Amino acid sequence: MTIEDWLRAACEDAERRGLPELKPLLESLARATAALREADRLIDRGHSES
Amino acid sequence: MELVRGCLDRIESRLELNAFITVMADSAVSAAEAAERELAAGQYRGPLHGIPISVKDLVDVAGTPTTSGSAVAPRLPAEDAPIVVRLRDAGAIIIGKTNLHEFAFGTTSEESAFGPVHHPKDPSRSPGGSSGGAAVALVEGMCFGSVGTDTGGSVRIPSAICGTVGLKPTYAELPCDGIVPLSTTLDHVGPMARSVADVAVMFEAMSAQSHPLRVVGPERKYTFGVPEPYFCDRLHPDVRAALERTRQALVAAGHEVRRVAIEHASRTADVYLHIVLPEASWYHAPMLSSDPDRYSPGVRLRLEMGRYVLAEDYVRAMHLREILRAAVNAALQSCDVLLLPTQPIPAPELGATTVDVDGSREPVRATMLRLTQLFNITGHPAISLPAGTTGDGWPVGIQLVGQSGTTNQLLHVAAIVERYSTGGDGSVGGGTG
Repeated sequence: MTIEDWLRAACEDAERRGLPELKPLLESLARATAALREADRLIDRGHSES
Repeated sequence: MELVRGCLDRIESRLELNAFITVMADSAVSAAEAAERELAAGQYRGPLHGIPISVKDLVDVAGTPTTSGSAVAPRLPAEDAPIVVRLRDAGAIIIGKTNLHEFAFGTTSEESAFGPVHHPKDPSRSPGGSSGGAAVALVEGMCFGSVGTDTGGSVRIPSAICGTVGLKPTYAELPCDGIVPLSTTLDHVGPMARSVADVAVMFEAMSAQSHPLRVVGPERKYTFGVPEPYFCDRLHPDVRAALERTRQALVAAGHEVRRVAIEHASRTADVYLHIVLPEASWYHAPMLSSDPDRYSPGVRLRLEMGRYVLAEDYVRAMHLREILRAAVNAALQSCDVLLLPTQPIPAPELGATTVDVDGSREPVRATMLRLTQLFNITGHPAISLPAGTTGDGWPVGIQLVGQSGTTNQLLHVAAIVERYSTGGDGSVGGGTG
């Protein structure tokens, strides 16, 4: 699932559950997840970073 | 008996700090009377015999509610957590249960159903968290030692912010049974006190070691590694100055201090988030469904956020966790211990969501976790000890990190560093018994 698809589904679900204030947190989490996936991709490919 | 009565008086004299949720005056007085009888009969159990200590209200103490600082229905344990059993066996007297950030899910101790914990120096400031009540109780002489928990820094953060000593041992070195979990693969329990020697006495009892720990002994020369990239990037100038003072004092004493790098350290926060959120949500899922309004709004939202983390991203984080663990191990190949600040900032204002860090605005929570959470991810033992104050008198802490499984050695090194970081005997809040 792409980050964009995940974020859209998560925000819709939060809205449906009456938790619209969760949206900014989910957007923040989406940025962290994108960074996590990028790290996973880079580090698995043996890139060195510090 | 005098010690217990003195602590109870000090608790009573500063109730406005909200350090305690439950004060166990009657049982503490009874235990002190029993201790006096045992001592009079020559039945000495060790250095904790008759010493009043407090326990974070996330830890089960038989016959008292474990509130976790929440309005969610408490646990009503019939038995002590194993850590508490061990402390009682060593003769310690439990004087009460300390206040905390609700369910240990925060760094400021301000989201608590029992009111925010206030910093003793200024009630508008946070004492750090989540074990904030424990640190305040120590600073104010309400107890001589305290049991805290640490999932991202919750023992070390308030220790640094309040000027006390706090130890997070190696992962799983102390049992977390009988303690309300936050994140089962990140949770640690550890001792807090006013000096390294007192923390060592607590740790010895909590780990049921058969051989007394000797933190004072011959001083050999150690090599300290300062992990500069990431960990020293954004610091309050007075925190940077405290680290430099400690570095210079260690070098002057003949120790070596060198720069080291922990590869991939900049990935720490993303990895941590994808572990702590779903693990916390797992435990709280039933209560989030049945009693969502009993949580503080901020804590509830963070727990709800964890329900949306995908399994594949949790597994990614666990995979990266092994890489980070290897990176810390690699850094420790070139030194005996790591030396770094515990907190980038001194005590933040209660209610603040952002804080100034060397000229830039940063989120409070992320800032307070930045230098501690890596060692929850990797499981390495870490200790925070006082390193003086800022120019306007706010405590600053430095952190030492050792190889996994060498907590005793870390305490030995910490006792040496304490001589230089505080410029004295390490007793910040006065002598301890």
